[in-house]
Amino acid sequence: MLEARILNQLTEIVGSENIATGAQDLICYGYDATQMEFLPDCVVHPDGAEQISRILQLANKERLPVFPRGAGSGFTGGALPKGGGVVLVTTRMNRILRIDTDNLVAEVEPGVVTEAFQIEVEKLGLFYPPDPASLKFSTLGGNVAECAGGPRAVKYGVTKDFVMGLEVVLPTGEIIRTGGETVKGVVGYDLTKLICGSEGTLGVITKIIFRLLPYPDAKKTMLTVFDSIDGAARAVSTIIKNKIIPTTLEFMDHATLTCVERRFNLGMPDTGRAVLLIEVDGDRDLIEKQAGEIHRLIEPLGLVQFRVAKDAAESEELWRVRRLVSPSLRDVNPDKFNEDIVVPRSKVPDVIRRIEVIQKRYDIPIVNFGHAGDGNIHVNIMIDKTVPGELEKAHEAIKEVFQAALDLGGTMSGEHGVGLAKQPFIPMELNADQVRAMKAIKGALDPNNILNPGKMLPT
Amino acid sequence: MTRKQTSPLERVANEMKKCVKCGACRANCPAFGTFQREPATARGKVALAQHLMKGDITLDDGTYAAMSKCLLCGSCVDKCPNQVPTDEIVIAAREALAQKRGLTTFHKAVGQVIRHRKVMNLGALAAAVLGPIFFRKVPATSGLRLRFPMPFLGASRHVPQIAKKPFMKRHPEVIKGEPGKPTIVFFVGCMTNFVYTEIGEATLALFRHLGCTVIIPQGQQCCGLPGMSGGDLNTVRELAEQNLAALEKYPADYVMTACATCGGALHKLYPLVIGKRNPELRERLQALADKTVDAAVLLQKLGLSPQETGSGAPLSITYHDPCHHRTAGIAKQPRELLTGTPGLELVEMEGADRCCGLGGTFNVYHYESSLDINAGKSAAIRATGADVVVTGCPGCIMQLSDGLKQAGDKTRVLHTVELLARKIRR
Repeated sequence: MLEARILNQLTEIVGSENIATGAQDLICYGYDATQMEFLPDCVVHPDGAEQISRILQLANKERLPVFPRGAGSGFTGGALPKGGGVVLVTTRMNRILRIDTDNLVAEVEPGVVTEAFQIEVEKLGLFYPPDPASLKFSTLGGNVAECAGGPRAVKYGVTKDFVMGLEVVLPTGEIIRTGGETVKGVVGYDLTKLICGSEGTLGVITKIIFRLLPYPDAKKTMLTVFDSIDGAARAVSTIIKNKIIPTTLEFMDHATLTCVERRFNLGMPDTGRAVLLIEVDGDRDLIEKQAGEIHRLIEPLGLVQFRVAKDAAESEELWRVRRLVSPSLRDVNPDKFNEDIVVPRSKVPDVIRRIEVIQKRYDIPIVNFGHAGDGNIHVNIMIDKTVPGELEKAHEAIKEVFQAALDLGGTMSGEHGVGLAKQPFIPMELNADQVRAMKAIKGALDPNNILNPGKMLPT
Repeated sequence: MTRKQTSPLERVANEMKKCVKCGACRANCPAFGTFQREPATARGKVALAQHLMKGDITLDDGTYAAMSKCLLCGSCVDKCPNQVPTDEIVIAAREALAQKRGLTTFHKAVGQVIRHRKVMNLGALAAAVLGPIFFRKVPATSGLRLRFPMPFLGASRHVPQIAKKPFMKRHPEVIKGEPGKPTIVFFVGCMTNFVYTEIGEATLALFRHLGCTVIIPQGQQCCGLPGMSGGDLNTVRELAEQNLAALEKYPADYVMTACATCGGALHKLYPLVIGKRNPELRERLQALADKTVDAAVLLQKLGLSPQETGSGAPLSITYHDPCHHRTAGIAKQPRELLTGTPGLELVEMEGADRCCGLGGTFNVYHYESSLDINAGKSAAIRATGADVVVTGCPGCIMQLSDGLKQAGDKTRVLHTVELLARKIRR
C-alpha cells in the first residue's frame, strides 16, 4: 500500500479519473499472457510524456518501482509488477499523429493497436509488415519494447527494423528523442536500437517514428504437406538456399496437425506428417515464377500435397489451418509453455530432430509450429500442472530445448523476450561479461533501479 | 449460507481455468471499447471471478461495478482462442452478487414486473416501475418521443410508446390454419406484446399466409432475460418453469419467437442455468430448446417467397445482427429472405454483427457508455445510406431507434418480419 502522500502526488499528476487503487483494478493490471500474477499498489493512466516524466521523477525521489504496460499481452511477464509498485499504462496515448506519404514514415503514440495502424497505412497504399499474432490487441509501444516479430519477418524483418526514431522518457524523467526520420543518420550512439527490445527497463516510449513500405502488388499462398517432419524442415532450408525469400514460411509438425484435425476435421492426407504454409508477395509475374520454383524445389522432399490459393478467400481458408493451432493445443494437455527459440535457417532440421529426442527422453508432449522460415520455432511443452512432478519435468525439458538452440548457433527467444519467464535461463546464453555490460547500461540510465526492476537481466 | 453464495461461481469454475489472459478479448469487447479499462475486458472479469472464488476479494461495490460492465453479447466468446464462456461466468458472478447483496432497487422492480404478467397487463405496477422505460410521455411531437426524469434513466432518451392494447389481448389462443400445415406455438415476448405489437401482427400474418396453425398460449410469461442481466436467477427459474408449462400445453411442430433475446433465453439460457439437480426438468427444458426456432429461420425453412406488391423505387436496407442471433449462428437466413424479396436492396454495414449497446439492463446502468457503443453503430448505418435498418430483435430496435434519433437521423428501424409482411399477397 502506498502512502497517501505519494498517492496524492500521483493523483495530482494524472487526475483522479486516471489513477486506481481498488482491489479490482489491481487484480486486472496484475496479469499478462504468462499466467503469472503480481499485484501492484496502484495503476496510473498518463496522457503523455510530460506526465510520465513527472511520475518517474517522483518515483526516483520516493524509490518507487514503476512498470510500463501496454495491452498486457506479453508472454514473458515484462509488464508484470513483481514486488509491487505503480503500473503505468500507456493505452490512453493512442493517436496516429501523422502518416507522411512523401517520405513513407509515420509517427504514432505507443498505445495505438498494431492492426489499427496497419489498416490506416494500408488505406494509403502503404505497408507496415510486422505482424505478431497479437496484432489485433497488442500495442505498438509494447511491440517496440519487446521487439515483436511475426510470420512476415522471414522477408521483412521484425519491429526494430521499422523503427526510425523514438521519443522516450528516461527512467530519471528526462524526455529525449532518439534517431529521426531520415533514411541515414549516424550521429551518436544508436539509442533507438537500444530501446527496441529493452522490455521497458531503459525508458518509457511515448512516440514512435516508423518507416513504411509500399503495399505489395500481389501475394500467393501455398499449403504444402510432407510425409516426414524432416522433409518439411529441409524444404525450409532448401527454399532459402535457392535464394527465394518468401514472405512467410510457417511450419506445423505432426502433433500440431493431429490437434487441429481432431477438432476441425480439415481433411489432411493421412500420410501427412508436417505442413508448411508458404506465402510469397510482390510483383504479380515474379511471384508466379517463385511459386513454380518453390514447387519444383520441394517436390523431391516427400511432398504429398501442394495447394495454391486462387484468390483471397482461398488464401484465408489455407491460413485457417494455421490460426486453428492455438485453440486446438489445449486438447493435448491443459498447461502450455510456449517457447520461441531461433536457429540459423539451415539448422531447422537439426533442431527439430533434437526436440524429438528431448520429447522422448522426458515423455511429455512437445508440439512444434511457428515461423520456420526465419528459424523461429514455437516449441510448446504441454503438461498438466496438477500432476505432481510435471512442472519440474517441463522445466528440465525447456532447459534442454534452449541448450539445443544455443548449440546450433541460435538463441532462446526470437520475439517473446525475457521478462521474468526466461530470466533464470539467461546465464545459458549470456556470459558474465555480456551481462556486466548490460547492467552498466541499466545502471547508468536508471541509477535507482525504479523502472521495471527485476526483469530481464539476472539479479 | 457460504455454500449457497459460492455455488453459482463453482458452476463455471472449470470454464474459468481455460482463460489464459492472452488479451484477445480486448479487440472484441464493446464494453472495453468504451470504458478502455482492463476490468471491463472478458479476461478481467474472469480474473475477478477467480479471485472471488478464492475469497481474496469480496462482492463489494468494486466487484459489482466491474461485473456490471458487460453486455452479455458474447463477442468475446466468439473470438476467444480457448472459447472461454465469459458470458456464463458473468451471469454466475451476478447471481452470486445478487445472493450476497440482494438485488438493486431497479432489478427488484424488474423482477416484480416480469414475474407478474397480469400486473404488466393491468399496467399499474408496470407504469410505476417501467415508467422510466416506457411510460411518461412528453408533449408529443411524435407519439414515440418520451422523456424520463426518473432516477434510472437519462433525460434525453427516445423510447417507444407502450401499446394501448397488448398483442396477446387482441387474438384468441388458437388460430386455426390449413390441414396438413405445421402447428406453431408463438412465444411473443414482452417487447412485442406491450410495445412493438406490429411485430407480433406481422409475424402472425406471415405464418397465417403460409397456412400454419398459430397458437399463442395465454400462460406464457416474460422470458426472464432482464432478470438474468441483474443476477436474479431465481426469477429466471420461476419464469422458465411457467413458460415451460404454458408452451408444452399444446403439441406443436415448433416453438417460434420473433425476438432474438427471447430465443436466446429459451434456446441457451434455460438449459444452462436451470435443472442442474432435476434431470426430468432439465430434459423438458432441453426439448423446449430443441424445438425453439427464430421466426426468420422458420419462415425460410417453410419456404416463404414474398412477392412484389407495390411499385416505385427499390427500398435500400441494411441489416443489424442481434447478439442473440450471432451467438446462435443466425445470420444467413434473414439476409437470404430479405435479398430474395423483390424491391429490397441490401447494403451491408461495417460491423453488422457488433452489439448495439443495449445489453439487457446494461443500458440502464451505463447509459452514456451504451450510447457511446451505439454511436458507432449509428455511424455505420448512416454510412450505408440505407432507408431502413432491419434486424431481428425488438430490444435492438429500441436501442437503434434511440441512437439514430439522438443523432438526428431519419433512418427507419424495422423488424425483418415487418418488412416481409408488407411484401406478401394478402
